[in-house]
Amino acid sequence: MLTLNCPYCGIAADETELSPGGQAHLKRFGPGSSEDEFEGYLFMRENPRGVHFERWRHSNGCGKWFHAARCTSTLEVFGTYSAQTVEPPAELRKTISEKRPGWSWGEFS
Amino acid sequence: MSTRLANGGRLVNRDRAVSFSFNGKQMRGFEGDTLASALLAGDQMLVGRSFKYHRPRGIVASGAEEPNGLVNLGSGDMFEPNARVTTTEVFDGLQAGSQNHWPSLEFDVGAVNAKLSRFLPAGFYYKMFIHPRPLWKHVYEPFIRQSAGLGKAPKDRDGERYEHFYAHVDLLIIGGGIAGLVAAKAAIGSGLRVLVVEQTAAWGGRAPVDGAEIDGMPADQWVAQTVAELDAAENIEMRTRLMGAGVYDHGYVLGYERIGDHQPGASLPKHRLWRIRAGHVLTATGAIERPLSFAGNDVPGVMLASAVRDYAVNFGVSAGDRTVVVTNNDDAYRTALVMKEAGLDVPAIIDARDGGAGALGAEAEAAGIRVLKGKGIAKVKGGKRVTGVATCAMAGEGTPQEEIACDVVAMSGGWSPVVHLWSHCGGKLLWDEHHAFFRPDPERAPTGAAGEAFVSVAGSANGAMALANVVVDAAAQGVAAVKAAGGKAAKVAVKAEAEDMAAMAPVWMMPQGAKYELRTKMWLDYQNDVKVSDVQLAAQEGFESVEHTKRYTTLGMATDQGKLSNINGLAILSDALNQPIPQTGTTTFRPPYTPISMGAIAGEARDTIFQPLRKTPMHEWHDAHGAHWEPVGHWRRAYCFQQPGESVEDAVQREVKNTREKLGLLDASTLGKLIVKGPDAGKFLDMLYTNMMSTLKVGRCRYGLMCSENGFLMDDGVVARLSEDTFLCHTTSGGADHIHAHMEEWLQTEWWDWKVWVVNATEQYAQVAVVGPKARKVLQKLGGLDVSRDALPFMGWAEGEIAGIPARAFRISFSGELSYEIAVPANYGQAFWDKLIEAGEEFGVMPYGTEALHIMRAEKGFIMIGDETDGTVIPQDLELNWAISKKKEDFIGKRGQERVHMTDPDRWKLVGLKTVDGSVLPDGAYAVSEGSNANGQRNVIGRVTSTYHSPTLDRGIAMGLVKHGPDRMGERLEFPKVDGTSVHAEICDPVFFDREGEKQDV
Repeated sequence: MLTLNCPYCGIAADETELSPGGQAHLKRFGPGSSEDEFEGYLFMRENPRGVHFERWRHSNGCGKWFHAARCTSTLEVFGTYSAQTVEPPAELRKTISEKRPGWSWGEFS
Repeated sequence: MSTRLANGGRLVNRDRAVSFSFNGKQMRGFEGDTLASALLAGDQMLVGRSFKYHRPRGIVASGAEEPNGLVNLGSGDMFEPNARVTTTEVFDGLQAGSQNHWPSLEFDVGAVNAKLSRFLPAGFYYKMFIHPRPLWKHVYEPFIRQSAGLGKAPKDRDGERYEHFYAHVDLLIIGGGIAGLVAAKAAIGSGLRVLVVEQTAAWGGRAPVDGAEIDGMPADQWVAQTVAELDAAENIEMRTRLMGAGVYDHGYVLGYERIGDHQPGASLPKHRLWRIRAGHVLTATGAIERPLSFAGNDVPGVMLASAVRDYAVNFGVSAGDRTVVVTNNDDAYRTALVMKEAGLDVPAIIDARDGGAGALGAEAEAAGIRVLKGKGIAKVKGGKRVTGVATCAMAGEGTPQEEIACDVVAMSGGWSPVVHLWSHCGGKLLWDEHHAFFRPDPERAPTGAAGEAFVSVAGSANGAMALANVVVDAAAQGVAAVKAAGGKAAKVAVKAEAEDMAAMAPVWMMPQGAKYELRTKMWLDYQNDVKVSDVQLAAQEGFESVEHTKRYTTLGMATDQGKLSNINGLAILSDALNQPIPQTGTTTFRPPYTPISMGAIAGEARDTIFQPLRKTPMHEWHDAHGAHWEPVGHWRRAYCFQQPGESVEDAVQREVKNTREKLGLLDASTLGKLIVKGPDAGKFLDMLYTNMMSTLKVGRCRYGLMCSENGFLMDDGVVARLSEDTFLCHTTSGGADHIHAHMEEWLQTEWWDWKVWVVNATEQYAQVAVVGPKARKVLQKLGGLDVSRDALPFMGWAEGEIAGIPARAFRISFSGELSYEIAVPANYGQAFWDKLIEAGEEFGVMPYGTEALHIMRAEKGFIMIGDETDGTVIPQDLELNWAISKKKEDFIGKRGQERVHMTDPDRWKLVGLKTVDGSVLPDGAYAVSEGSNANGQRNVIGRVTSTYHSPTLDRGIAMGLVKHGPDRMGERLEFPKVDGTSVHAEICDPVFFDREGEKQDV
C-alpha cells in the first residue's frame, strides 16, 4: 500500500486512489518498425531490483497520469513527475544519484 | 486436575459469574475469564485432537500462540469455527464445541493413526498417494479431503455485522505491555497524533504476572497510573482488544478490533478492521515462550511455564495440583514459586543447566522446592493427561533415572521476541547468540517513502528480556520514535531493579543425544503433528531450505503459523544440516499476525452495498413490467420482460418476433457515450479506430472498431460527428469506462500536445432504440423531428424535439430492422419511454431485452464484443477488413496486426454455423478434426462463439471461428457434446437474415 504524491493534485495519494500503469518512458513503435523494435516496445520490460520508473494514474482522484521513480527493494520514492515527458527530470536524476550512486535504468543513469 | 483457586485472579471479577457450555456441558466462569481459563477452572484440559494422528490435545499457552485450543463458537448464523480459547473472552451463554474429532473428543477413531505413525512420516502424502495413479482420484483424494481441514465451514450467511475504520496517525504504538506504555510516555505533549493499541483486554502485559516492581510500586499500580496519565493526554488514543495484524508499505497498518465478540446482543459490530496510515510505527509486541522438545511433550498437561503462571495469577486457576517445572532459563522458576505460593505442590524444577538459576534459584530452594540441575525429561507419562515424568541426564540418550508423579509439566525453552510485525514489510533479523533468538536488526529496518526506517521496536520484542532492560530500551525507543514521527519527545525516566539472573542455555532437544524412539515422540508442531524426527528426516531427504522443509513436513503451517514451533524446528534443521542457525534462517513472516475474520475483511461491503448498482432512468418501469435482470458491468439490464405465465425462453422468442413484425423498444441507455472534442479530435479518432473517422461528415454516423496496441479487437460502436470538432463515440455498455480511460491514457501519455478533450457522457442521456417496421410511424405520431427517409437517412443523425422532448435521433440498426436510437436528457428518459409505450399501443409496441437484442444481431451476423472476441481475436479474423483503413499510415493496433502470427492464413475465421438437425449448438463447443494431439486429445479446428434459437428462422443458428472457415462453405463439422454425442453443423454465411439489408434501409 504505497503512497505517492500526485504531481497534479499535490496530495499524498494512497494506493487505493491509484492505478498502476507499468513501466514508464516506453518509446512507441508503430508501422514501419522492425520486429525487434516492436517486440521491445510491446513486451520487453525492465525488472530491476532497485531504481525503477513507473507510470501511475490518480484514477480515483484527478484522473491524471504521472510518473514515479522509486526503489523496488526498499520502497523508497525518489519523486513523482508529469507523464508528459520523455525522460526523468534532471533534478530527480540528481537526487537518485545522491541516494543510489551509479544507478542506471534503460538508457538513463 | 485443574481447578479454580480460592484466591487470586487479577483479571477476573469473582462477583460476576457467567455460564457457558462446552460440547453441550454447562460450565461456569467469571467475567474476565478467557474461555481457556474458564475451561481449566472446570477441569477441562482436553480441548481437541491433533490434525494427523488425532492425539488428545490440551491447552498449552495462554495467548495468541495457542496451537491446540481451537473451538467452534455459537450456532446458526452466529457460528464461528477455529476460535482460539486463549483469546476468546467468556460471556454468559457462550456455546463452544471442540473440533477435529470423531465421534467424540474423549474417544476418537482417528487416533488409530497414531499407532501407524511409523508409517506416516514427513512427506507421507507425497510418498504414499502417488502410485498407482488411478487410486489417487478415487480413493486417496476423497479420503484426504474428508479428513482435511480444521473446524467446519459455517453453513449459514454470517448474521454478524462488521465494519472498516480509517485512521491517520503520526505515531502508532502496537503493544500495551510495559514497553509500549513506557514508549508512549515519550509522546505526551509531543504534538503528535498517537494511537496505542493492545490486543488483549488488559494493559500491562506480563510484568504484573511476574510480580515486578516499577518506579518503586507494584506493576499493576504503575500500569493503572500510566494508563490514566496517557488517557489524559489529548494527543494519545488508547485502545484495547485491537491487534496490530499486519504492517505494509509506507506505514500502512491493519488493525483488528474485537468489539462485539465478548458482548453478544449489544448490537455492536463483531469486528472492526482498522486501516491505519501511520507516520511511524513502534512495535512493542513482547516475546513468546518456546516449548522444549522432550518425549511426550504433547500430552495434555504439558504447558508453557508462563501460561501456567498466567492462569494462576491472572485468573486464579491452577492448571494442576502437582507441577513439575522443566526449563533452560531462570524465568520459569517464577512459575514454580507462584504455584508453591498458591499452596500447590511443586515436586521439582528440572533445570537443563548444570549451574542452575541465579537469585530465583535460591528463592526456590528456600521455598523448599527441589531443583535438579543438568537434568532433563526422558519421557512424560500419561495419555489424556500427564501422570508423571521420568527424568534423565541432559547429556546422554535419555536413560530414565527417576519417576516423579505430577499432573502438570510447566516447560520453558526460553523466549522468542515477537518480530512478526517488524518482518512483514521487510525488516531483517539478527541471531542473538547469547539469548538464542532472532531479534530485529536496527540497521535493516523496513523503509518508508522517504527511505527512512518507519518501524522501530521496543522492549522484549527488541530482545530486551529482563524488565530493567525493557524500561530502558522502551524509553529510548519511545523518544526516538516520537522524533522520527516529527514530534518533540517528553523525557521518560522509568526505573526497575535489575535482577541477578543466570544466562539461559539453548536446549533444542532433551536430552541432548535422545535416541530415535524418543525423537519420534517430541512434538514441534502440536496442531499438525510434526515431530523432531520428521524435520530430521526431511533434512536427510535433501530438504535443506527452511522454506522447503516447512512445506514438506507442514511444520508451522497450522493456524498458529509456527509461533511456538518455528525456532525449535529450525534449530533442529540446522543441527541436522550441521550449520549455524542464522545460516538456516527463518521462514517468511506474513500478515496477519493471527488469523482475522473474513467478515472483518469484507467489512460493510456485502449485500446491496457490496458494490454500487447502476440503474438507467427507466429501471423502475422495467422492474414493474416483468424485467428479468442480468448484470452488465455494474448495470442491471433487462434480459427480457416476462408476461404473466410466460417462461424466460418464450418471452425472448416473443420479443424478437414482435420487434421484427411490429415494434420493439430497447433501453439502450447503458451504451457508452464519449464526447471527443477539439481541433485534433478527428486525428485522434483516426488513431483510435481502425477505420477513418476524420472524413466522417457532420450529421453522419460510422461503425468503428477499436483495437489494443497488440492488434486485438477491444471495442466497437457507432461514431456520430456532432460538429466539425465534436464526435460522439458510442462504446459497448461494459466498455464505456475503460475506453474512456484508454482515450485519456493516449492523450495524456503519448499525444499530450494534441488538442482534444474527452468527456464520458454515458449517464447524461437516456437512450431508447425504437425498432421494427412501425418505428417511423410511432415517432411521426409523437411529432416533432422529421424522421422521414429523406430527412433522416440510414446512418444519419438529427437533432430536434420529439413529443416536445429534446432529442437526438441516430438512424442506426443493430437488429437489421428500421431503427432509431433516440437519446434524450437522462431526466426525460422515463417520460419519453412512457410516451413511446402509449403512442405505440396501436402499433403493437413491446419492450424487449438484451437476449432478443443478441438474437437479432446474430441473425444479422453482427459480432458482439465478448462473444466473438476474447482478447485474442483481431478484426481480420471476423471478416471485418472493410472496417480497417488501408489508407491510414498508423492506428493503434496496425503494427500489431502485421505480426507474423496475425497474418497467418491458418487463423480461425468467422463463419455461420447451421446445425443439420436444426438444434442449437452448445455454447463454446469445439469442432474436431481427424487425429489427436500429443496429449491424446482430439485435434480441434474451430469453436462456437454465439449460438441461439432463431425465432425468425425457427432453427438453431450460430457463429463460430473456424480454420479456413470462409473457404469451406457448405462443409459439415462435428461438435462433440459433453454427454458424448455429437452435433453436426454446416458452415454457412454468418448473415442468416436479410442479406441485402433491405429491411433497415426503408
